[in-house]
Amino acid sequence: MTEGRPRSFYVLAIFFAAYVLFLYGPMIAIYVLSFQGPQGGLTFPMNGVSTFWLQKLFQGTGIVDLGAAFRRSLLLGIIVMAVTVVLSVAAGMAFRRKFKAQSILFYSAIASLIVPSIITSLGISLEFRIIDDLIKAHWNENFETSMGLLTSGLGAHLTWTLPFGLLIMFAIFNRFDPRLEEAARDLGATPWQAFRHVVLPIILPSVIGIGLFGFTLSWDELARSSQAIGAVNTLPLDLQGLTTTVTNPDIYALGTIISAVSFAVITLALGTIHMLNKRQAAKGSDAGKGLV
Amino acid sequence: MDTSEDILQQSSPDLVRGPDTTRAAKAARLSPSFISWLQAGPMMLVFLAFFLIPLVFVVIVSFWDYNEYQLLPAFSGRGYTDTFEGCIAQLPDLCTIGRTYVKTLKLCVMVWAITLFIGFWVAYFLAFHVKSKTWQMGLSLLCTIPFWTSNVIRMIAWIPLLGRNGLVNSGLVKSGLINQPLEWLLFSEFSVVLALVHLFTFFMVVPIFNSMVRIDKSLIEAAYDAGATGFQTLVNVIIPLAKPGIVIGSIFVITIVMGDFITIGVMGGQQIASAGKIIETRVNALQFPAAAANAVILLIITFLIITMMSRIVDIKKEL
Repeated sequence: MTEGRPRSFYVLAIFFAAYVLFLYGPMIAIYVLSFQGPQGGLTFPMNGVSTFWLQKLFQGTGIVDLGAAFRRSLLLGIIVMAVTVVLSVAAGMAFRRKFKAQSILFYSAIASLIVPSIITSLGISLEFRIIDDLIKAHWNENFETSMGLLTSGLGAHLTWTLPFGLLIMFAIFNRFDPRLEEAARDLGATPWQAFRHVVLPIILPSVIGIGLFGFTLSWDELARSSQAIGAVNTLPLDLQGLTTTVTNPDIYALGTIISAVSFAVITLALGTIHMLNKRQAAKGSDAGKGLV
Repeated sequence: MDTSEDILQQSSPDLVRGPDTTRAAKAARLSPSFISWLQAGPMMLVFLAFFLIPLVFVVIVSFWDYNEYQLLPAFSGRGYTDTFEGCIAQLPDLCTIGRTYVKTLKLCVMVWAITLFIGFWVAYFLAFHVKSKTWQMGLSLLCTIPFWTSNVIRMIAWIPLLGRNGLVNSGLVKSGLINQPLEWLLFSEFSVVLALVHLFTFFMVVPIFNSMVRIDKSLIEAAYDAGATGFQTLVNVIIPLAKPGIVIGSIFVITIVMGDFITIGVMGGQQIASAGKIIETRVNALQFPAAAANAVILLIITFLIITMMSRIVDIKKEL
């Protein structure tokens, strides 16, 4: 527009910086506070620096059975991630041509995203309660419950992650050049070969992005799990339970450990995406190199 | 999209060679609509089993009867009558449910206005002032990363800052601005709004940014060339073109706040009532039909809000 940076740039840059500080500041505060000394309290100033509270969590002498909840959340997160990736890529492929029920699936996904989580969660718990009652009445009186981490819990998480996966697939195929795939088929590739050797390598960075959403959204999920997870708790639910009785920094230590997993996954995913993009830029064109 | 291959196969099947020839023939025999079903079916089944059918159960159970400890599958309006108890008798005063909804809507409007303001300007900065693609990516990522971390942690992160002996209070006391710590900073309506803004501005930034980057820069230049001031360009060019993003972001934020019970619970010290919180309370009391009735009411109100807003813009076109 005009040469140089307009004044509004500096005003908005400061505004943006303040927003970023607002986003990260409090989080960083609790990461720091989880290294409180053994006598330290819930707030600044730091009373010495130690890994006392983190160790306390790992020893299992602390507030929750961290290990078990940790393993449950990790297992669920990985399964949700895998299912989200496979189902989203498949459905995304389907949306590239018209099919019946297309708009039903689209609106289901959007509705699943915006219907308040508590309603979905309540619905799933009612559904499973009714299934339980039916089983008890007709087949097995001693039946306990069909609700659980990998039944109702998994389903509840998928209603949250799949819409994101599908929307990301839309974004991918909006800028995907279908001629690449047609070219592959013209060269004699089967539909599967065209997908495996042409489409998938191109969309792979974004597919990893879907996986990132799948895992992190499940790892931190709370509202939908609240009624639908069954008898056992996930890590965020345990953490939420602790908020009512906060007395010492072990709650921060738990928060730091949960975040550490999130950040490890984010770094891993973004690193892989970056590497793939670089490789694509370097070797993207294999013109004249023959079939792979 | 299959045509090139079909034609190829029909005209000269020998051309389609290789060890996969039989598989190719098999695949070609599957009709495209069947393949679409195979591809989209699994996701549809998940939504059916864990979203659509559960919603139907919510509606059905809201008309069931209940006693202290169990569901009674017989038609009853008790879930609703319990919910609206005293609503007519207390007129013109609002009954509990009425007051709760007014309170929830008030929270909604506050959070909506603040997230819209912040989200709009953050998106504006990213879309129009950050020129390099790399910087744009990097800064967008910076805004997205917190979204991938735990909400509860981002809530409790305010405790050391806003608590009675927190950073804000001790800073204010030390500077002599106040004599004793402010009590309303934490576990109050203030902290609820603050946390909701903190958690969900992201849902405003993304769609508005998406709309803004799609705006043709030459339109803005044309506006300037035609003598428009920066403010006129903003109001007459940028805001109308960013409207779809604004509406989508608003729908996200409003529906999240309408149904929220966790942020309001944790940051309100479990003292503030909200539409979502009522449902949780009823479930904890094992009054499932009453919980379901409240869920239906919340669903209807949320749906009304979305319908009103989507009148302004066709969501499907914008994705």
